[in-house]
Amino acid sequence: MKDKAITLPDIDLGTSPDKYKYGFRQPERSVFKAKKGLNREVVMQISDHKNEPDWMRRFRLKALEIFYQKPMPNWGPDLSALNFDDIYYYIKPVEKQGRSWEEVPEEIKDTFDKLGIPEAERKFLAGVGAQYDSEVVYHNIREELKKKGVIFVDPETAVQEYPDLVREYFGTIVPPADNKFAALNSAVWSGGSFIYVPPGVQVDIPLQAYFRINARNMGQFERTLIIADEGSFVHYVEGCTAPIYTTDSLHSAVVEIIAKKGARVRYTTIQNWSGNVYNLVTKRAVAHEEATVEWVDGNIGSKITMKYPAVYLLGRKAHGEILSVAFAGKGQIQDTGGKVVHVADDTSSLITSKSISKDGGQASYRGLLKVYPHLKNIKSHVVCDALIMDEASRTDTYPYIEIESDDVSIEHEARVSKISEEQVFYLMSRGLSESEAAMMIVNGFIEPLVKQLPMEYAVELNRLIELEMEGSVG
Amino acid sequence: MSKKPEFVIEDLHAGIEGRPILRGVNLRVNVGEVHALMGPNGSGKSTLANIILGHPAYEVTRGRILFKGQDILELGADERAHLGLFLAFQYPVEIPGVTVAKFLKRALESRIAGGGNGEKLSVPKFIKELKESMKLMGLDEQFVNRYLNEGFSGGEKKRMEIVQMLMLKPEFAILDETDSGLDIDALKIVAQGVNRMRGPNFGALIITHYQRILNYIQPDKVHIMYEGRIVASGGPELSEELEKYGYENIREKFGIETQVSA
Ligand SMILES: Nc1ncnc2c1ncn2[C@@H]1O[C@H](COP(=O)(O)OP(=O)(O)O)[C@@H](O)[C@H]1O
Ligand SMILES: [Mg+2]
Repeated sequence: MKDKAITLPDIDLGTSPDKYKYGFRQPERSVFKAKKGLNREVVMQISDHKNEPDWMRRFRLKALEIFYQKPMPNWGPDLSALNFDDIYYYIKPVEKQGRSWEEVPEEIKDTFDKLGIPEAERKFLAGVGAQYDSEVVYHNIREELKKKGVIFVDPETAVQEYPDLVREYFGTIVPPADNKFAALNSAVWSGGSFIYVPPGVQVDIPLQAYFRINARNMGQFERTLIIADEGSFVHYVEGCTAPIYTTDSLHSAVVEIIAKKGARVRYTTIQNWSGNVYNLVTKRAVAHEEATVEWVDGNIGSKITMKYPAVYLLGRKAHGEILSVAFAGKGQIQDTGGKVVHVADDTSSLITSKSISKDGGQASYRGLLKVYPHLKNIKSHVVCDALIMDEASRTDTYPYIEIESDDVSIEHEARVSKISEEQVFYLMSRGLSESEAAMMIVNGFIEPLVKQLPMEYAVELNRLIELEMEGSVG
Repeated sequence: MSKKPEFVIEDLHAGIEGRPILRGVNLRVNVGEVHALMGPNGSGKSTLANIILGHPAYEVTRGRILFKGQDILELGADERAHLGLFLAFQYPVEIPGVTVAKFLKRALESRIAGGGNGEKLSVPKFIKELKESMKLMGLDEQFVNRYLNEGFSGGEKKRMEIVQMLMLKPEFAILDETDSGLDIDALKIVAQGVNRMRGPNFGALIITHYQRILNYIQPDKVHIMYEGRIVASGGPELSEELEKYGYENIREKFGIETQVSA
């Protein structure tokens, strides 16, 4: 089925060249803050505050033990400066979001204006709770979803109201023992999304957290679980693209997706972190027979991002796609890529990675392609393009390929390009300034990804990258 | 100081990495005139065109380029474009991921902003003009949504250069071998584009190898470049003469030291 929000207008005129400036934090409104550092007591406090059943509390405590035992990754970027004792693991958000839109500071409204964030999302981002509930449009969307039997709540609510579904799937795709950060998230998770789409149901608008009644702002340790039952379709757009400032320097989320027979799930993320954040995320999906999973992942900002969305192709004719774009600016390391594991016959995959490095930034592609033994008719295509803006910046490619079957067709292309003087001159000779010219070349470079995004996110991604190009963020 | 778009080059010396290419070019194109610049391969025609637009790779060691009475050598390529200069490139580069429409809209916005007369781009008018220009150049309307020059044939690239000229409405345009590789029909179409621009406020320098295009764009003057200098200038008959004798005989015919003033 066709995803309406993704269609672009007839003539693509791009975005206007206006300049933007922002830099704000959400005022602190938390009612409860656990002490810095991590121990059993903190984990139990989190569980208490969420009024959790015993099984979830035990899940958390067990995950904590695993976290203590697991070593830090011995590969990839240097994480030695990360101090687990200097982090708040739980801040309980305000219960009632009573603030009105009028009270939101002008500069925040301004920023939303400049970023072109839709009205409803602005209110959500600004913490205005009461108003968007009454917004007719979103109310209708929620009614529509309810009629179709779609469950779309935060995971806390899911634990209370749909315990059987949660127990069946939670932590099965990304078990706590998967890696140190998955264990950490499993112990202290808070917020995120829980989605269940019944068999055959097509959710024809992209689902975004701000449609929800009890939406919470994005946290540091979100947990998202999506179950798309047989023959269903859902597109989830994660979080927001406004600059995310956190005082604490660690963001570690887990996303699990189950696409059952013939289902299709698309998961889109565009994240823009402030320059002090370690962004270490585990995203994994399983695709059963004839199912399709697509990850679209845009990473901007942060100090270090490590993120490799994965798809396990478990059933015949399953298909996985990963499209990732990363921008590494000054002092930033983007270590991103994708993993595809072919476990069944006739499965296919496509990984497209685009990275830009500028002002000394480092962008690496790290990918895994694995094919199990004795499989037939496996197809995979991996394309990594890197654009380097200056001499100080760098890019690396680490493609790991483990193939244990013979009937496999694999194409792997990797290209590194420097921004070319001839291209810049050509555009300047038409009247663009040097920075506009560079911007246009960069925009063109990521266009294949941007095209896949819902319109407002496409516009925003372009603007965020414009800001990064000007070096005014972080 | 004259604001008329006359175009003057005085004793221009330039090169790359210490190696001289232009060795004293003098040229004057009066307001409203179209001149042809001919010369063998490697004589420095494209270098001259690139330097006029401010290509950063070349180093100008002596001389001046005046446009509208202003020495433009210190200006960036974008500022020269804002002043009304345009180059149809011999080898237009590809800009992947940037559609023709998006590129031209941005270019026009820059041109308008750079012109500083407070106008605003009217999008409906822009789209209408773009479609007309494409049609005039015999390019399918679908090209506006294609990525700039990517996968275009040689001829399509050349036509797209002229579309850009029609849209940006420069006051002085340099066409660098726009005719090369075009068949006779395409050549007529391109010539039509240039002739449409002709008028009291438009000048042009048509760089070409062959006399052929000059049958469709009547030049006011013809210049011949040889080893980084203009060695002969004259009326349209000069190009016919050149066609007859060939470039091999330039040296004997005109003598390398000869400099017929324009
Ligand atoms: N970017 C460049 N780098 C090195 N040499 C160049 C460059 N551009 C031009 N040249 C040299 O300058 C001379 C003139 O070239 P060009 O201006 O392209 O001639 P034309 O356009 O008349 O054929 C040639 O010898 C060419 O190799
Ligand atoms: Mg040439």
